[in-house]
Amino acid sequence: MSITAKKASVEKRRNLSVGSFFLLALGAFVFLFPFYYMLIGSLQTSPDTSVGGAFPEPGNITGENYVNINGSINLFKGLLNSGIFTGGVILATVVFGLLVGYALAQMQFRGRGVVFGMMLLVQMIPFQLLLIPLYVMIVRDYGLGDNYLGMILPFAINSTAVFVFRQYFMQLPSTLFEAARIDGASELRILWQVAIPLVRPAIVTAILLTFIGPWNEFLWPFLVTKDQALQPLAVSLANYISNIAATASNPFGAILAGACVLAAPAVVLFIFFQRQFISTNLGSSVKG
Amino acid sequence: MSLRSASGASRRDGAVPPPGPESGAPSSGNKQPAGRKPQRRRPGRPEIKQKFRPLGKQPLGLLFSAPYVIFILGVLAYPLGYAVWISFHRFYFTAPGVQVERPFVGIENYITVLSDPAVQRSFLNILVFLVINVPLTVGLSLILANALNRITRLKTFFRVSYYVPYVTASVAVIGVWLFLFQQNGLINSLLGPLAPNPSWLVNSWLAMPTVALYVTWKQLGFFILLYLAALQNIPEELYESASVDGGNKWVQFWNITVPGVRSASVLVTLLATITGANLFTEPYLLTGGGGPDGASSSPVFLMYQKGILQGNPDVAAALGVVLVIGVLLIALIQNRLVGGKSGEE
Repeated sequence: MSITAKKASVEKRRNLSVGSFFLLALGAFVFLFPFYYMLIGSLQTSPDTSVGGAFPEPGNITGENYVNINGSINLFKGLLNSGIFTGGVILATVVFGLLVGYALAQMQFRGRGVVFGMMLLVQMIPFQLLLIPLYVMIVRDYGLGDNYLGMILPFAINSTAVFVFRQYFMQLPSTLFEAARIDGASELRILWQVAIPLVRPAIVTAILLTFIGPWNEFLWPFLVTKDQALQPLAVSLANYISNIAATASNPFGAILAGACVLAAPAVVLFIFFQRQFISTNLGSSVKG
Repeated sequence: MSLRSASGASRRDGAVPPPGPESGAPSSGNKQPAGRKPQRRRPGRPEIKQKFRPLGKQPLGLLFSAPYVIFILGVLAYPLGYAVWISFHRFYFTAPGVQVERPFVGIENYITVLSDPAVQRSFLNILVFLVINVPLTVGLSLILANALNRITRLKTFFRVSYYVPYVTASVAVIGVWLFLFQQNGLINSLLGPLAPNPSWLVNSWLAMPTVALYVTWKQLGFFILLYLAALQNIPEELYESASVDGGNKWVQFWNITVPGVRSASVLVTLLATITGANLFTEPYLLTGGGGPDGASSSPVFLMYQKGILQGNPDVAAALGVVLVIGVLLIALIQNRLVGGKSGEE
């Protein structure tokens, strides 16, 4: 009896996983198809929106769209600006985040609880409320419009990354640091030579988490950069979509070519580092 | 506020297992010295020892925290107060250093905001958005996470393919959605005679639902990962005993999985709502500026339009305050619904 029951249960599980598998495959198609279509569309000489157009057709393939979009918006310059914006945020987050994360986890000082409470509260401040005052302060009062610093400032230290750093530093035994202190090592040296080498995975996770924000951010750099030479790619592509595309001969081809260039770095990065971007790490992140 | 921190804490100790709950965390980090101190120093003179260290054992920690604290105060806390201040005054943009009169006007800006039909429309739009987006997000991400949790092969491939839209710039994927959903796009040619007329994004009835669908698709991967983490906390024995008792997979799903991930559901609902309230890029690009006729405009889009394009930052700030209060209220109601329902079962 038990054997038949077991057989039935195994059979049931197999059915279940076939069903799950089918569902997941359908999901993957829905999620990935637009990306495939983006690539195909960016290579078409004239947009083919029929069902057959979803398959590559040798006669209709060209790199012309990439040349066209590069003529309207300088792709290299856009990528460079996106890179400076994102790189600035990542640099500030890693440097200052490691400092405060270490202090919160392994140092005792007056006000630690206040700093920790701040870090949690900050993740709950909605950005839309800060939009107008930040614009007034950064663009009007400090005159940082059309300036990399003005772009970076509101995102400079990612609180989620600070939280990740703190969690990783907490996992290290505090005796390790006490021993180093007794040996007379300065805090900065302990951080640099003892703590940081032990939390390398945390740095990769924090960089990935931080990367998504500024690389994909549209609203803020759109508000602060009017000068095309300083616009990140997301902003110049958006301006192309809303203003210039209508005058192009193959507007969708050009838009999709720009979209591919903008999407590629993020997609490649996350496929490459997918191990670091698993649920446990992401669970501690909040975008909001 | 308390609701958000509560859900935040549950998310964290669910997702990052080793360090334990939030409140205990700061003290657990220095158990060792706290335990040692009374033994060694009580016979000596503890008062004097402490007088030498008014800032704690490692006062340098203050210096280490200083850049972050300055950042929070300068870029987040101060503007937060400034936003509320602006919303109660008549405020003009000026060149740097120019002083102008900015008189207190009470709730005038709020009256202007709330009596504006465009604003009312945008809040209605957000409501439509939430009604479609939130249940769809919660349902689909839970189902897909549950399926992902059951399979062993190709798990990585599926997981990565689900979060690829989430990590890609909205501006880039909007390009391809415009292409797919245009008048003679692929979606309409697949639908043939069933294609809506006017097409999706220029149809005042379908524009907002299409935006909601787009955002669901874009964000789903993130929520699947959140649910996947929550599912790890449900003990396998519960499923085994249920299947011994003859419960089929639907019974198991409703009675074990759904209650088991309740705290994650609260968080997912909340985050989906916040994303919805923050809508800007989608109405700006996907429907060409909240079109047709404001049918897909959003409060943040109006903040940009009124505050920055039309030069009324005071009205826009008031709109921001109203929006945040609205989101808090909706979040509170949702917390009741999502948290309470599963609690009874």
